[in-house]
Amino acid sequence: MNKAKALDIVKKYTMILVLIIVTAFFAWQTEGSLLLPMNISSLISQNAYVFILATGMLLCILTGGNIDLSVGSVVCFTGAIGAVLMMNKGVNMYVAILVMVLVGTLIGAFQGFWIAYVRIPPFIVTLAGMLAFRGLSNVVLDGMTVSIKEQEDFVNLFGGGANCYIPDFFGGNGLNITCLLVGIVAAVIYIVIQLKNRIDRSRKGYEVESLTGMLVKTVLIVAVIIAFTYKLAQHKGIPTVLIWVMIVVMVYGYITSNTTTGRYFYAVGGNEKATKLSGINTNKVYFLAYLNMGFLAALAGMVTIARMTSAQPTYGQNYEMDAIGSCFIGGASAYGGTGTVPGVIVGAVLMGVINLGMSLMGVDQNMQKVVKGVVLLAAVIFDVVSKRGGKLISKN
Amino acid sequence: MGGLTLAKILLEMKNITKTFPGVKALDNVNLQVEEGEIHALVGENGAGKSTLMNVLSGIYPYGTYEGDIIYDGEVCKFNTIKDSEAKGIVIIHQELALVPYMTIGENMFLGNERGSKFKINWNETGELATKYLKTVGLKEPQSTLIKDIGVGKQQLVEIAKALAKNAKLLILDEPTASLNEDDSKALLELLLKFKKEGLTSIIISHKLNEISYVADKITVIRDGATIETLDKETDDISEGRIIKGMVGRELSDRFPKRESNLGDVMMEVKDWNVYHPLYSERKVVDNVSINVKKGEVLGIAGLMGAGRTELAMSLFGKSYGENISGKLFLDGKEVHLNSVQDAIDHKLAYVTEDRKGNGLILSNPIKINTTLANLDAVSNHSIIDKDKEYGVAVEYKEKLGTKCPTVEQNVGNLSGGNQQKVLLAKWMFANPDILILDEPTRGIDVGAKYEIYCIINQLVSEGKSVIMISSELPEILGMCDRIYVMNEGKIVGELDGKEATQELIMSHILKAGK
Repeated sequence: MNKAKALDIVKKYTMILVLIIVTAFFAWQTEGSLLLPMNISSLISQNAYVFILATGMLLCILTGGNIDLSVGSVVCFTGAIGAVLMMNKGVNMYVAILVMVLVGTLIGAFQGFWIAYVRIPPFIVTLAGMLAFRGLSNVVLDGMTVSIKEQEDFVNLFGGGANCYIPDFFGGNGLNITCLLVGIVAAVIYIVIQLKNRIDRSRKGYEVESLTGMLVKTVLIVAVIIAFTYKLAQHKGIPTVLIWVMIVVMVYGYITSNTTTGRYFYAVGGNEKATKLSGINTNKVYFLAYLNMGFLAALAGMVTIARMTSAQPTYGQNYEMDAIGSCFIGGASAYGGTGTVPGVIVGAVLMGVINLGMSLMGVDQNMQKVVKGVVLLAAVIFDVVSKRGGKLISKN
Repeated sequence: MGGLTLAKILLEMKNITKTFPGVKALDNVNLQVEEGEIHALVGENGAGKSTLMNVLSGIYPYGTYEGDIIYDGEVCKFNTIKDSEAKGIVIIHQELALVPYMTIGENMFLGNERGSKFKINWNETGELATKYLKTVGLKEPQSTLIKDIGVGKQQLVEIAKALAKNAKLLILDEPTASLNEDDSKALLELLLKFKKEGLTSIIISHKLNEISYVADKITVIRDGATIETLDKETDDISEGRIIKGMVGRELSDRFPKRESNLGDVMMEVKDWNVYHPLYSERKVVDNVSINVKKGEVLGIAGLMGAGRTELAMSLFGKSYGENISGKLFLDGKEVHLNSVQDAIDHKLAYVTEDRKGNGLILSNPIKINTTLANLDAVSNHSIIDKDKEYGVAVEYKEKLGTKCPTVEQNVGNLSGGNQQKVLLAKWMFANPDILILDEPTRGIDVGAKYEIYCIINQLVSEGKSVIMISSELPEILGMCDRIYVMNEGKIVGELDGKEATQELIMSHILKAGK
């Protein structure tokens, strides 16, 4: 392998390498407790909302570095509505879920309309939304905490409370067999898909990646899947919320990489004029990005109130920053047009590992924020400078 | 002059050579300007006039070109515009560099503020602004916002701004391009007045009648080289004489041969009018009626700003302009194309002149750019068949001879010629019957040009129609079956491709320009 190729690979997988190094660092500093099954499990549960929101935020950012500042408030607002409906109004849980989804999506549509069709800058529209829905959350909750402990079905469904794991159908003792099986099945599915793609391509005479490269990649990914599920199996099994996260990640991963609509997000962010002149309705693309963000904020709202088993007017604060940060750390361009769902998930995990690692080390809360800020800045500097061909200072 | 006293040479540019990657923009250009004269620089689009002025003003710093600039008796090495302005060389660009939401006075001293770094002296600014406005004969108060005055007055503000920098040598790039007749006349009179007061100017213009009127000397530039300098006193400076200098180049077989095989009228446009999207009273396309036949390469010639791109884009699903009126017939049936998607569905394609800005997504690979305008053809219920997409990209890469390692390569890393081929591939894949190619060979080297011409010939031999908009007259003459000449939004001539000459096209443009 020549040097340029090695550099290319390093560039492509920078954030994964950084993630490995950071994980190793904290594992060393915490004497291995970072990688305890319990901690890995809580890494998932604690950051579930980040994974969900960051996936939605990616679509907004793809359209040209546009962000949605309102998601934290929308999470709180939809959560508040759901809690009040279920607890104070005695509404059926499924109806409440439907109402939450509708409210979130409508908020997304409302903001999307101003952004896409009237072309009010997203920063301003969503800043207004951030203020307004925070205020409305207070109004809906009357400034109080509404506990949803009694709504056990709801809490269980969205992975909160005491039973926040998928039960083991095989009754394994100390080792959750269901969890392990899911891991093995996932690994097999991955291998089959990879092989099928490769055979398809070579049959049609298209270029395929080198066999060693593919083998190394497959072995690594399978090892990670198995190790990950094994760790989870050692604790209490699959956190319920992981199912939701996986659904969101897989669906949006597919949409962004394999559908025409997904392609349009990249195209608009890459060159809006060219996209328009290719016959694509760019207004609709912006609209969809924000509509979808509202929808996912509602889902994150459900996950949040389930985990906390209550709704409070302060929930969801700074969630937008976690989501935005994950996207940029995960390689989404601040100018739009590039970024992937898997990349964003790596970014979110990296943020999560830094959080968890520092908490375990007993680093002061305030210093944790400083470190996160530095990581975010460094990631974006890296993106901008590497696009400029490695020159640090922009030409005047 | 009395014939005896030799006028002082204020500026001499000696053997200036400037190369861009792959292109020699200037090749040993010489220019001599005497103190107190108005010196005109003429040449076709792309001849190198603007490049020469950019060298002079330090936009291309010393060291990026070869040759010497001797100004006021000393050799100058300008690194920035500031350096040249310090010497009194001030350039006014064709696109005005004024900030719309600042006042006339603020604009006039932008980057040249009165007072100290920490406290701008607004009183002095206002006073001086008023003084210079008076010099250029503009009666607006200096506190007026730029956006509230017309283009003609804005041009005067630019001149006042230049004077405020103590200009000794004023360079005007197409100063009257966007002015109406009265404003142009006033501007020329102003230049003559300044000349009497001892100011030296260089004027770049396409409007030869204006040049004949104001210029003392005329230097003709063609293909990056100085051809001749005509002196008002001793030479014939009629328009015909200047045109001959501008275009007098040999046509060799730079164009592949084609057997024309014309069919029925494919597209017909009748009484097409388009207004400017921002300045709603400005008519950009004025009562244009054109048609193109199956298997025909139709040329639209004209100078920059003639309205050709605007015409093309307004036809292409109203992607430019406001208040569009007129009739469009495709294959004999009247159609109303209200969006780009409509236009593509009706088998129309517009290949933009601005491939980086409006055509390609530079940060995306070749394959994604190739399919963008016709993604449905490689997808099934809006799920993209990536293998099929890859196959299409490879097929077009081979068909057009795009030079790239793989179709996964980002378009931003390709050369201009190869980018143009990707852009053509994108629109050929959209499977149009009519392709409007806007400056299809701009900024690409001669070899790639030839390949693009071959692709055009291939397209029309398949029975498609090609409308080629180009500012390069040899290309229009070498490729087209029929040529429309456009000027100031109007069609001012229709020529048969075999009979047309550069002189004929130029004289159509210039006659209309009067």
